Amino acid sequence: MKFLWKYLRKYAPRMAMVMSIKLSGTVLELLIPYVMEHLIDHVVPLQSLPKVLLWGCGMVLLAVCVRMLNVRANRLSILTAKESTFEIRRDLFHTALHLSGKQMDQVGLPSLISRLTSDSYNVQSFIQSVQTIGIRAPIMLMGGIAITLTMDRGLASILCIMAPIMIVLVVCISIRGIPLYERVQRGMDDIVRIMRENITGIRVVKALSKEEYEKNRFHAANRTATQRDILASIVMALPGPVVTLFLNVGLTLVVIIGARRVNDGLTQPGVILAFLTYFNMILMGVMGLNRVFMMMSKANASAKRIQQVVEVPEDLLPLPESECATAPDDGYLIFDHVTFRYDAEDHDENPGDHARFAGEERQECLSDISFSVKKGGSLGIIGATGSGKTSIINLLMRFYDPQKGHVFVGGKDVRAYTQDDLHRKFGVVFQNDVLFADTIRENISFGRDLEEESLRAATKDAMAWDFVEAYDEGLDHASVIHGANFSGGQKQRLLISRALAAHPDILILDDSSSALDYRTDARLRQAIDAHHAAATSVIIAQRISSIMNLDEIIVLHEGQILGKGTHAELMESCPVYRELYHTQMGEV
Amino acid sequence: MAARDSIMRKPKDTRGTFRRMVSYLGPFRYLMLLIFALCILSNLLSLLGPNLAGSAINEAAAGKGKVNFDKVSYFAMRMLICYVASSLLTISIHMLMVRISKTVANRLRQDVFNKLMVLPVGYFDRHQSGDIISRVSYDIDVISTCMATDVVSILTSLVTVIGSLVMMISISLPLSAVALITVPASILYTTRMRKITQPRFAKRSKNYGIMNGFVEEMLSGQKTIQAYAYENRVDEKFDHINTDAAQAYYDADSYGVTIGPTMGFINNLGLSLIAMFGSILYMSGLIGLGSISSFVLYSRKFSGPINEIANIINELFSALAAAERVFTLLDEKEEVADRENARELRDAKGNVELSHVSFGYDPGRTILHDLSLRADSGKLIAIVGPTGAGKTTIINLLMRFYDVDSGQILVDGVDHRDYTRRSLRGAYAMVLQDTWVFQGTIFDNIAYGKENATMEEVVAAAKAAHIHPFIMRLPDGYQTVIHEDGGNISKGQKQLMTIARAILYDARMLILDEATSNVDTSTEREIQRAMRDLMKDKTCFVIAHRLSTIQNADRILVLNHGDVVEQGTHDTLMKARGFYYQLYHAQFE
Repeated sequence: MKFLWKYLRKYAPRMAMVMSIKLSGTVLELLIPYVMEHLIDHVVPLQSLPKVLLWGCGMVLLAVCVRMLNVRANRLSILTAKESTFEIRRDLFHTALHLSGKQMDQVGLPSLISRLTSDSYNVQSFIQSVQTIGIRAPIMLMGGIAITLTMDRGLASILCIMAPIMIVLVVCISIRGIPLYERVQRGMDDIVRIMRENITGIRVVKALSKEEYEKNRFHAANRTATQRDILASIVMALPGPVVTLFLNVGLTLVVIIGARRVNDGLTQPGVILAFLTYFNMILMGVMGLNRVFMMMSKANASAKRIQQVVEVPEDLLPLPESECATAPDDGYLIFDHVTFRYDAEDHDENPGDHARFAGEERQECLSDISFSVKKGGSLGIIGATGSGKTSIINLLMRFYDPQKGHVFVGGKDVRAYTQDDLHRKFGVVFQNDVLFADTIRENISFGRDLEEESLRAATKDAMAWDFVEAYDEGLDHASVIHGANFSGGQKQRLLISRALAAHPDILILDDSSSALDYRTDARLRQAIDAHHAAATSVIIAQRISSIMNLDEIIVLHEGQILGKGTHAELMESCPVYRELYHTQMGEV
Repeated sequence: MAARDSIMRKPKDTRGTFRRMVSYLGPFRYLMLLIFALCILSNLLSLLGPNLAGSAINEAAAGKGKVNFDKVSYFAMRMLICYVASSLLTISIHMLMVRISKTVANRLRQDVFNKLMVLPVGYFDRHQSGDIISRVSYDIDVISTCMATDVVSILTSLVTVIGSLVMMISISLPLSAVALITVPASILYTTRMRKITQPRFAKRSKNYGIMNGFVEEMLSGQKTIQAYAYENRVDEKFDHINTDAAQAYYDADSYGVTIGPTMGFINNLGLSLIAMFGSILYMSGLIGLGSISSFVLYSRKFSGPINEIANIINELFSALAAAERVFTLLDEKEEVADRENARELRDAKGNVELSHVSFGYDPGRTILHDLSLRADSGKLIAIVGPTGAGKTTIINLLMRFYDVDSGQILVDGVDHRDYTRRSLRGAYAMVLQDTWVFQGTIFDNIAYGKENATMEEVVAAAKAAHIHPFIMRLPDGYQTVIHEDGGNISKGQKQLMTIARAILYDARMLILDEATSNVDTSTEREIQRAMRDLMKDKTCFVIAHRLSTIQNADRILVLNHGDVVEQGTHDTLMKARGFYYQLYHAQFE
């Protein structure tokens, strides 16, 4: 809640205004039955029609004012909710965009998305309602009790005793209900999980004729979820009837005791009548408080989740020159005894959320890796999935910092650069990289204001020009979300165009030509050799043919270098490489 | 919160959908009758309450010293009994209705799932999983919520409106006429407001949708954005989208929040009118003071449901639209049933023959043209070609995930459609490119294909697939639970597990789809040896990029753009210097 207050502080005057408007609106609303009581008890006996009409018009006037004030307050509260959530979301998105790899792993993409969407909606509706219902409910409750107190202390004391009991009861039920709903949610998650498993694995399920087994598995999850749902729904349906019951019991007491007091000349019959109306008001007050309470616990949880991200300390800041290491040689890209592992200490409750940022290579780590690539040179990395290839890229671009050793780019410790300065040196295609829902042009130039000529040249080098040219709109042809309207090979060629377009100092291709057939792959390599010779390049591949002509090749296995050298050298010295070559090239 | 306000989708066949929806309540018809009766009873009781309260107050109104306490307590006790009974009935109605609606939801979910199990594989190729899942998680939820709350509220409203009206009229006809003035006002107002607010709420949902989509897209590409220092542009774009979403929210909700106060105003107006005219009637001696009070209570009861009607109708329609989506799925065409007299394929020899097979996923777009191929028992058939050439189509046909358009596939000399699907599929073991594991123990995942597999068998299969040492290194060994998408084990290990599954399954025919492409290089040789053992005496269909596998193949099928452009052994194809020759040499360039 403190966190929300930071955003709400500057709206404090407006919120104070909303609350006072709401306050006066609610007070006037409470006056209406009071006026009615006065009309019936004191004006009617005067037998004067004009006076009756006058008081009646007074009621109408009150009703008009109440509506005006309530509408005004509600609208203003929405304005505050709109503006403050806008800022919360802006800050949240901004930090999310700048999270380091490690931080991203900790939060997890699905969780981050739900924080930006459903959590921000929860907070928004809370900010809106807390200013209106949050004022209205207690006022209805307190005001109702206060007015009845002025009307008849004796009768009102019945309410004073019952109201706290009801509130405690309702809140108790709600407190019990919230965890029940969390259980329901988990049950539904299981149902969805089993469905998704079956949809993605339908071929396996059918091939093994496991339909009946799966039906039973689903049946069990379905039954559990339903039972939990029934329990939670029944518990949460209780507050309404229970409160009504209590109030009605109170009402009966008011009638009985009221009759006695009328008989003793202590009160008027009109008072009992007004009590009936105020009872309804108090009922609404109690239910409103319950709603505010439920909303508050929900919003509180959401606000905490948002706060966790927004207030995360900035990671991977540039280090002062003095704390940076100096390069061991004059290479352009250097790994100096680097040891790295993705954070071992925080394996938290969401194992499924992990491993997304790093391209599903969670376990991989690097131990004591050293290499040096000359400016304009080329390095190939080959190894099985999970051997640590992508981690080398993650460290080179400083998405993570290694535990031991140092990484150097352009003769300087990577930690000496600001993130943007470092990244501007690179043209990169990640494993499973993405196209965004925008034109091909924007996907390639990617905010770098490149000349039309460089875009064309890049698409030509990346073997993408042929199919791009075939579109009526050419480079302005739009990609849909995740580039789903392109084939795997087309996507990879567009991504490579993006990497080449700015003629980067360093070119990195992480398994980014796997969907190309051998012929296109070969032509791509020739084009890069011809037009991007100045770039220092690092190419990761599973196919030996993609890297065999590079200056140096590293064979990586479980985070360790098994062999290093040119193709010819490795064929001599590294049995794993030789074996790999034979299995892939078919020369036994 | 967006869910409830989502655009009112009109169902196409309202009556049919409604009837079918009601049929789901069939098993509960007696219970429903009971609920109906309880509803009427509970509402009549709660309607009697104000009447009795009015009578009691009328008695009390006699004034100082003249109150007849016997009568007051007589009415008060009855009032208490009515209220208590009514509350108890309300609670039990809720309980019953929750039970019914959740049971219906349970049945609907199970029906949908059972349906998924009999749908042809093609359905899943054509439909997004998110869409199918949203029918189970969202649509069925809408239906069940509507049942749990709206059925009761409709019944209650009906009883309350009619009951209060009768009571109001019985108290005073002229006063009722005054009270009724507010009804058309409320109805007119709510329908007008609905017309104004609905497009605004629709726009709000749309803007939220755009924002969700953008956030999802950008954050999944976060690393790329950082790598190209593109953050500022993305921040700017988000600012626009965020502004639009915030504005749409304001536009919709600032209208929405006027409804409550306005309805309150109409009610208060009614109250003022009743007070004024009630006073006039009282002065003319036509009505008692207590009667005015009970009239006020009834008029409040009367106007409550009227305010709700617009909402209820909205919810009812969106529930019907949701039901229609669910029923559309339930009505999808199922996998063609086995032929009559279909026989069991037992102890298959493994002779497979494709004879003049033509096939296309869409009518008019043929993928395989007149393909013929013989795979004798124990032979190895390799299928090669660029991505998208239609390699997996052949597997789809062999497994009868799809049926051929013309021609036939023969297994042991018999058209494979003459076997039961179950036994035909049982004759194949399969390792697919997309490794599939489910949330469960490693043991369950390996033993998945073989019922009652023993621990020894599973361990043997794991050893043959070279995954046993890895499993033993895990803290819980074979009882380790793998999470959805296998987040806690690597892709390579998942692949080995599916290989172990196929080894344990031990069928006569084997299908491998680029099965070894993710396996660790150092154990790859051994795996291939194990695979070769597995393949021995089996008819194998292999989709592979590895040329070593292809070289040993008894027959290689070269596909391009859905056509078989060449077939033969490695040697004959190399001699032919065609497409295969080019593919083969490209890797050395």
